[in-house]
Amino acid sequence: MVLQAVFFYIFAGICVASAVMVIASRNPVHSVLFLILAFFNAAGLFILLGAEFLAMLLVVVYVGAVMVLFLFVVMMLDVDFVELRQGFLQYLPVGALVGIILLVELLLGLGAWVIGPEVTAQVATPTPALSEASNIQALGEVIYTRYVYFFQVAGLVLLVAMVGAIVLTLRHKEGVRRQDVSAQVARNKATAIEVRKVETGKGI
Amino acid sequence: MVTELPDLMPVLPELLLAVGALFLLMVGVFGGERSTPVVTGMSVAVLTVAAVMLIASPGEGVTFGGAFLQDGFSRYLKILTLIGSGLAIAMSVAYARNEHFERFEYPVLIVLATLGMLLMLSANDMIALYLGLELQSLALYVVASINRDSVRSTEAGLKYFVLGALSSGMLLYGMSLVYGFTGQTGFGPIAAALSAEGTSLGLTFGLVFILAGIAFKISAVPFHMWTPDVYEGAPTPVTAFFAAAPKIAAMGMLTRIVIDAFQPVGSDWQQIVVFVAIASMALGAFAAIGQRNIKRLMAYSSISHMGYALVGLAAGSETGVEGVVVYLTAYMAMTLGAFACILAMRRKEGMVEEIDELAGLSRNNLPMAVLLAIILFSLAGIPPFVGFFAKFYVFRAAVEAGLYPLAVIGVLTSVVGAYYYLRIVKVMFFDDPAQKFLPMPGELKVVLGLSGAFVLFFSVFAGPVVALASEAAKTLF
Repeated sequence: MVLQAVFFYIFAGICVASAVMVIASRNPVHSVLFLILAFFNAAGLFILLGAEFLAMLLVVVYVGAVMVLFLFVVMMLDVDFVELRQGFLQYLPVGALVGIILLVELLLGLGAWVIGPEVTAQVATPTPALSEASNIQALGEVIYTRYVYFFQVAGLVLLVAMVGAIVLTLRHKEGVRRQDVSAQVARNKATAIEVRKVETGKGI
Repeated sequence: MVTELPDLMPVLPELLLAVGALFLLMVGVFGGERSTPVVTGMSVAVLTVAAVMLIASPGEGVTFGGAFLQDGFSRYLKILTLIGSGLAIAMSVAYARNEHFERFEYPVLIVLATLGMLLMLSANDMIALYLGLELQSLALYVVASINRDSVRSTEAGLKYFVLGALSSGMLLYGMSLVYGFTGQTGFGPIAAALSAEGTSLGLTFGLVFILAGIAFKISAVPFHMWTPDVYEGAPTPVTAFFAAAPKIAAMGMLTRIVIDAFQPVGSDWQQIVVFVAIASMALGAFAAIGQRNIKRLMAYSSISHMGYALVGLAAGSETGVEGVVVYLTAYMAMTLGAFACILAMRRKEGMVEEIDELAGLSRNNLPMAVLLAIILFSLAGIPPFVGFFAKFYVFRAAVEAGLYPLAVIGVLTSVVGAYYYLRIVKVMFFDDPAQKFLPMPGELKVVLGLSGAFVLFFSVFAGPVVALASEAAKTLF
């Protein structure tokens, strides 16, 4: 248990510190790298909770795909962040006001916090128990049966997102030379080679 | 391990739309841009078949572990939504041809958005509600900026997307709070938990966030800011679609969630709905007065009409929900007719959108002027047109529930609103004629004729429509 607590504080501490660095660092590339560090530590926290599948997913999806994409965008777009930050201070009073109101609301909400009896009952008995099945097995047992409707609708949402991205960005340009494999394979001696007689002393 | 296949009978229309949309996407991708007319025609056919299925087969019940609910209420509003979407696609044909944005993805995205709306209307669980809403919203963001070479269209899409994402965030935050305080995501179990444990401050927070998120979707004040810009910037057939179908679906969803899930804390949501209704009616009426662009004017008009529909919901009674259903029916008929006229405002040099361009329409095109005048009278709530009856039902419900101030404010704002509708009538009938419009395409004539007939002769067949509406409302209680 001591070891677990030590690791919890290591992961949580680095996670919070790197999250602060994400918004504090001047160089956007450093921000992205700190965000990756934060994700890795969050994955560590998931492992401590026994949710190994979520931890792997976090690393694979967020670090492997999303953050690499972020890094590309930051490096390619050449956004001048110093210029973006100019005039940042003039929003401070409004921002502070919104922040204070949100803080008060959160305190009010937390003050009223009671955990419903159903919630504690559900937390006490994950379905099925961790000792019986691994995360992936437990997820697989419900995702295509009990939650098949949500799963399918989420698939449709992703389809719409993909269609939308294509509709808004794809342009069929004229005069682009695309590779046409069947045309390449269909070439034979008759269509590919032209035999000409070349007279001596003259070019073609 | 053997699991039973869930009962698919209640979801047949949705399955048809999903499979149909995928099939049409295939046809479009392999057929290229040439297949646009085919895809457009077939998408209208798919929506029609789905509506016929809903009319013909009862197929009611709860399925997918209580996440999906088909009852009289959802069936009525689904049929209405399908009619709205189908007519919106039909109305876009001539415009797309003239403005060169014929793309086969447009009808497919509308079918997918309609599928999202049907799922919203059938949602009986927070997760199902959110997924349906996102399916609808994502498709709407894309169709708002479908004319991607126009700066205004892309700006409309971007604004709608950013603010829509914010509202989805608020909705999710509210849902997570409600889940935290009740331990449930299903509407029925939430209501049971609420009546067992009563309300708490945190739950009220969740309720407020959920209502704020949905108020954005129906463009109710104070979450209406996006509406005029998006209505003005999006291509006109898209605006017609935005004004009709998504409003009905979101309103139906709001009605179900407050009646089914939050009935035990009725007084909590009632005061929010009363405030939003009053603010929407008042802002819609006053802000529309200064508008010169008819699409912006329709945006403010739709804001105030959502306010009137909310008056019925604020009553929280069976007559109130009946009023909401009647109001949505009337609103869709009037909106589609008005937009058929706006889409016909076309000269050789292109589309025009200013109200002054309608000057002297009665001398250039008398039938269109008369029908548009009837629709505008109806929007203003003047008897014997449908708009009057719709307002009558919601105000009656409010008075029955003892909400006298709300009803009085509603009547006063509709008097203010009558000014700007009647101003258009004045411009059409008494100003010097402007240049003639090009002849109206056939499909717009059909839509305008149907809408005009519904608005004009509603008093004749009011009985059956109201009977259907009250039957639909009864299933919620």
